[in-house]
Formats: sequence, C-alpha cells, structure tokens
Amino acid sequence: MNFTNLFKIAVRALANNKLRGFLTMLGIIIGVASVITMLAIGQGSKRSIQREISEMGSNMIMIQPGGEMRGGVRQSAEDMQTLTLSDYEDIVNETRYVAATSPSVNSSGQIIYGANNAPTTVYGISPDYMQIRQYKVAEGDMFTERDILTAAKVCVIGQTVVDNLFPGGENPVGKVIRFQKLPFRVVGVLQSKGYNSMGMDQDDLILAPYTTVQKKILAITHLQGINCSALEEKYTDQAIEEISEILRRNHKLNPTDEDDFTIRSQQELSSMLTTTTDMMTVLLAAVAGISLVVGGIGIMNIMYVSVTERTREIGLRMSIGAKGRDILAQFLIESVLISVTGGLIGVVFGVGASLAVNAIAHFPIFIQPWSVLLSFVVCTATGIFFGWYPAKKAAQLDPIEAIRYE
Amino acid sequence: MASDMKEIIRLEDIRRNFIVGEETVHALRGISFTIREGEFVTIVGTSGSGKSTLLNILGCLDTPTSGEYFLDGVSVRTMGKNARATLRNRKIGFVFQNYNLLPKTTAVENVELPLMYNSAYSAAQRREKAVQALIAVGLGDRLQHKSNQMSGGQMQRVAIARALVNDPAVILADEATGNLDTRTSFEILVLLQKLHAEGKTIIFVTHNPEIPQYASRNITLRDGHVTSDTTNAHILSAASALANLPINDD
Repeated sequence: MNFTNLFKIAVRALANNKLRGFLTMLGIIIGVASVITMLAIGQGSKRSIQREISEMGSNMIMIQPGGEMRGGVRQSAEDMQTLTLSDYEDIVNETRYVAATSPSVNSSGQIIYGANNAPTTVYGISPDYMQIRQYKVAEGDMFTERDILTAAKVCVIGQTVVDNLFPGGENPVGKVIRFQKLPFRVVGVLQSKGYNSMGMDQDDLILAPYTTVQKKILAITHLQGINCSALEEKYTDQAIEEISEILRRNHKLNPTDEDDFTIRSQQELSSMLTTTTDMMTVLLAAVAGISLVVGGIGIMNIMYVSVTERTREIGLRMSIGAKGRDILAQFLIESVLISVTGGLIGVVFGVGASLAVNAIAHFPIFIQPWSVLLSFVVCTATGIFFGWYPAKKAAQLDPIEAIRYE
Repeated sequence: MASDMKEIIRLEDIRRNFIVGEETVHALRGISFTIREGEFVTIVGTSGSGKSTLLNILGCLDTPTSGEYFLDGVSVRTMGKNARATLRNRKIGFVFQNYNLLPKTTAVENVELPLMYNSAYSAAQRREKAVQALIAVGLGDRLQHKSNQMSGGQMQRVAIARALVNDPAVILADEATGNLDTRTSFEILVLLQKLHAEGKTIIFVTHNPEIPQYASRNITLRDGHVTSDTTNAHILSAASALANLPINDD
C-alpha cells in the first residue's frame, strides 16, 4: 500500500466532512495562535528589557557604602562615610579588569534659569562616567579632568533639563544656570536616552565635577558611591573580586568581618530581570499550551466518533483488501492533517494577533522562528498522539462484524 | 466440460466452532466441495444453516477451526491477517446486500477503491479499469454520480463493478438482491448471468429459493452440513423472466 493512496483516501474522507473537520481544527487553531502570541509578547518584553540594560551599560559595577552596625543599629548607607577618594584612586591604579572608574556624589534640588525652574538631581562624577553609563554629549563638550582639579562650576545637562529650562529652544551651551544658589556654566548637552524599564527618566539629570558637588554643594569629603565598568561583561566577576579586595584592605577589615560596602553589577540586575520575563513567558506559554491540549482532546473525541460512525466503511475497506495498518495510517493521516492544517492557520492567526497587539496595545513583541516551528511540531505530535487511539481502535475492528454494523 | 476447468475453490472437511460462553457452537460440521472456474454457484440455506460462516471463510475474512481451504491453489487456513487482506484484494470481489458504497463519493471513486490498496496500479490505470468495470455493468453514463444520487439497483451495479475491477478469481455475492424489488433483482440477475457467460466464477449466497434456477449449480446447507449439491441442467434466463414481469403502472 503506498502512502500517496492513503493520503488521497484521508483527504477524501476529510473533504466529506468539511464542517466537522473545521470545528475540530478550531481548537488547534486557537491553541497554536495563542501559544505564538503569548511567546511573542513574552519574548518581546524580554528583548526590550535586555536592550535597555545594555544601553545602561551591561558591564557596569556600582559600589556603595554598606549599612554598618553601630551599637546594634544598622545605619543607612547614605550616612556612611566609609568610601573615600583613596579607595577610588586605588581602584583606578591597582585593578586589571576595570576599564573605567568614576566617583559618585549627588544632590537633589531645584535648578533655575531665568523664569524657569525644575527639580532635578546633580551627579558629581568624573568624565569616565560617560563611558560607564554610556552617555554621549550631543552638543558642546564634556568637562575635563582640569575642571575636576579646580572644582570648576561647570556642568553637562540632560535633555529633560533642557526642555524644562529652555522651552523656547535656545541653545543652552554657554548659558549659566543655578542649582539652588550655585551658578553652573553649561558646557554640554547629553544625547537623550529616554526612560528605562523601571520608568525612570534617564535624561533628567545634571552632570558636574565630583569635586564641585563634594565641596560646594554637599560639603563632604567622602564619596557616596563609586561606579566602575568591567573591561567586558564576562570579566564582571573578576573585577568585583579585585575591587572587593582593595576595599577590604583599605578599610582594614579582618577576614571574619562583614563587608562595609556593597557591590552590585548590572549583570545581576540583568539576569534577575531576564529570569522574571522568562518566567512570565513560560507561564503565558503554559496557559496557551493548555488550550492546545484541549484542542488535541477535541481531535481525539471527533476521531472516536468518526471511527464509530464509519465502522461499516472500515469493514468494507478491510474486506476489499485494506490491512490493519492501512486503516491505522488512514485515520492517523486524517488527524495529523486536521492538526497540521489547524496549526498552519493558527500560525497565521498567531502572527496576526501578535502584530495587532503590537499595533493597538504597543506591547513590544518578538516572534521567534523557533516558537513557530515548535508549535508546528507540537501540532503534528498532538495529531499523532490523540489520533493514535481512535486509529488503533479502527485498525483492530473485525471486518466480519464491522461490515454488518448498523 | 466443467471438470476440465481449473479449480478455484476447494474445501476439505471444513469445520468452524465458536465458543459462546461455556458452550461450543458448531457452525460448520465438515464441508467439502470444489468449485471450478466459470461456475455460477448458489449457496442456499435458512438462517442458522451456517451460510454466513461459510461465506466469511470463502471470503478469507475468517479461517476454519479445522479442514483445508484452497483458493486458486493457495492454502488459506494458515495465513495471517495481512496475507489474507492481500489475498482478498487480489482474488475476491465482494457484493453485499446493503451495497456498502462510500457516501458522498462518485461511482468511479467507489469502484477504484480496491485498486487503491494495490500499489501495482497507477492512478491512470486505476481510473481506466474503474471506467471499464462501470461500462461492463451498464453504468458508463453515470461515472460521476455520487452514491446518494443513485437508485438501489444502480448502487448494486456500482458494487458489482467494484467487485469486478480487480479481476478476481471469484465474485462472492451475499444476498445481493436482498434489498431490491423484484424487477431490479432480475436486472441484477441478468447482469450476473451475463458475467457468468463471459466466464466469471460467481458464488451467490442467499435464502431466496428462486435464485438457484438461474445459476449453474446449487449447494444447500442445513445445520452446518451440505445437504444437496446439484448441477442445474435447465438454467432459466433472467432476461426473459424480466421481460415477462407484469409492468406496474400504479
């Protein structure tokens, strides 16, 4: 018995029952379409988060003073004065895996230019910060090491600050703005980075030499934090180890003491967020997968009814020479055809629905080729799995009884 | 004479027992006969005589409990299911009482069906053989009619064409006129006599005592035994019987 003939027989049998075939397919169509749409949404948000993180600098390392215990009371990290300029200098000089290092001190307050004012944050940093956070200057220039040495009152401002202070579209470069009472000359404007995935405006900031912020705004000598970047993302762990060693040595900690600082890397954050979105994807896909299984059970149900209803046809086919395996193959091909056709239509609907979600709800989507392939394979497997029992039942019928079945 | 012709069927002491609960039912109790090529044999018996069981065995749907059955020289008794399926496909043409055509399917496709299970035939050969078989049963003008658009007599002709299409060694008809009115029954008998005249071997199983008059040989069964096996010296013509039927105008 050749396969082409069996295929023709199965197609004919399906064509005789178009409406029923379509209704059976519907379960599979909905199942596959929802799997593809859910995976597209899950993968889309994962990708958009990953992109944002790499825009923030995927090899970034943040050092903050740790909350120390004083008389049994853990202190807030901001009150700690443990991070110092010499820590910063030692990190710059003694590490091999750290590419860029910048101290970090900041202060929030009102920024004023002419009649306009807005609340914002001044970050005291060194020019290395640009490389660490992947900021770029769009107009004018970054301030220099010389400005740091002299604690010059110069700054680079973000796009949101520009919009707030210069609504008329004036060029801010060269203008003098005031942060609280302190005048700063604007030397550059940052390229816009937009909002990050946590909804923070990355353009609402002012960058100034850390010495200026330390001395003239905060009146402190310690650092609130140090930002570094590893040579490459894969060296993050080595860099953290180096930094940790230097800080423990500088802070004269005994081997048994807790760290009095915390080091966080963007990599950690990134893997955490990825895990979250992955879990979301799995959950969405699982819900969608259930509907695929329900669709499969629909196929099984219909195939059972079909076998009973066509008992005499099966008996006839057997008496004119069909072997058990021919009947098995015929019914299997029928159920696989239903599920694969349903799968194909489901792929079309799924892709359509994903695009619609993207267009209407502005969800980021990404249709991964493997998700299409996977749902297709699952479909075929569903057809075989749920078609097997009814087909087996058909193949095992006794032709003598089947041919006289009423 | 008939005895010079090739043996198509030889039964040697065929017995078939069924176990129903605790009891053993002896459906066939030692049947032996030989059917040669070109015979038109009726097997007549009341219900319970074992004729259905005999038909199943002749049609290779069932195997005897003991005894030997040779179909066209091949021993069937020890054959497996699949081998018997292939044997049915090549050597036997079935005609059933209730036609058993596929629904919503054209005459040609119905007739092609046995050849679908024989990979020796190409699609074109299949079609050609099916058309020829339909022409042979007088349905050359109804090739594309679907089974639900045909009368009982036409459906039975399609079924006969289906039984002819694989050039079987023997045609097995099971109450082939049982569902038809008198006139249509005679039309089918005319067709079977025509096929007989062309040299086909036909076995017609029935409980209708009139039919043996139109066949060349009659075997009667009772309680699992052959009670008579006679050659019919005066075969009646179904065609003239049909011509003499009163025409019903009411």
